[in-house]
Amino acid sequence: MIFDLVDITLLVFLAITALAVIRLDNLFAVVMLLGIFSLISAVLYVNLDAVDVAFTEAAVGAGISTVLMLGTLALTGSMEQKPHRWSPIPLAVVVLTGAALIYGTFDMPNYGDPNAPIHKHVADRYIEKSGEEVGPPNIVTSVLASYRGFDTLGEVVVVFTAGVGVLTLLGHGHLSRRKRHREEEEIEREATQLGLDESDIERLEEEDI
Amino acid sequence: MMHRKHILRTVSKILAPFIMLFALYVQFHGDYGPGGGFQAGVIFASVFILYALIYGMDNARRVLPPNVRRVLLGVGVLIYAGTGVVGMLMGGNFLNYSVLMQDPLNGQHLGINVIEFGVGMTVFASMVSIFFVFAGQDRQ
Repeated sequence: MIFDLVDITLLVFLAITALAVIRLDNLFAVVMLLGIFSLISAVLYVNLDAVDVAFTEAAVGAGISTVLMLGTLALTGSMEQKPHRWSPIPLAVVVLTGAALIYGTFDMPNYGDPNAPIHKHVADRYIEKSGEEVGPPNIVTSVLASYRGFDTLGEVVVVFTAGVGVLTLLGHGHLSRRKRHREEEEIEREATQLGLDESDIERLEEEDI
Repeated sequence: MMHRKHILRTVSKILAPFIMLFALYVQFHGDYGPGGGFQAGVIFASVFILYALIYGMDNARRVLPPNVRRVLLGVGVLIYAGTGVVGMLMGGNFLNYSVLMQDPLNGQHLGINVIEFGVGMTVFASMVSIFFVFAGQDRQ
């Protein structure tokens, strides 16, 4: 009973946070609210006894994502640009998708139903046998690293691919380094034209920062 | 600007080793409590992100040069997949750790720890690289 109350309270908080994210124009506040959203989700997972998932949500969702989005805001500016005219198409898309998702939940088993298909398939084997087959007391680790080791390898490759992709698209390759070098040379040339020496440039750069 | 950040600089310097220690605890204690390579990698990365935020990108780049990050990114996946291949060479299926040692349970324990280490390495390198690349964009 008390756990249900906690769940309902947290879900209400999630809804309020989501509405605030939609309403606000200040993207800095939106990023902070998204961090809060992740943190509330993490608490929700703890309440569902999924501590490993909660841990990941708190570290990735509330931590790294927030920092990355703040880094993006530093490049783009922190006020949302309002669309020039109202268009019904996005609203229709959102309403239709939402309706389809809610319709999909009708087929789902009840919350906490022990006869749900997910509890009937391999879960029993994991709970009963993982101690003698794999060993670690944390069954999540046994499933993640051993029973489902191939899936996890795929996940790591996804993370690897994401890193390589970002490095390829945005990383400072030789080209941009040469470009930066050229810019520095340009600054030096301008400085000599103006009659400044190196210490002046450094002072200017520091003030700029 | 720098002189206004005394508290942040001092606190982050004191906290950094403890965050790293916690990341290692999460990494190598994942088979007993919640945690594992994914979480540990992110926490370990957060130390360097904190460092970069407070001491600036240039210092952070000197602590963790791009080449080191790129090597760690690939080596993590190699450790994971390599453990699977070692299992195959020792007569089991791909990613079957039971054959790694005489006792299957010890083999499983060893295999899980090794692959979690690889996971942590790749996640760490990936997170730090993505942050460094994003945060370094303002130069252009």
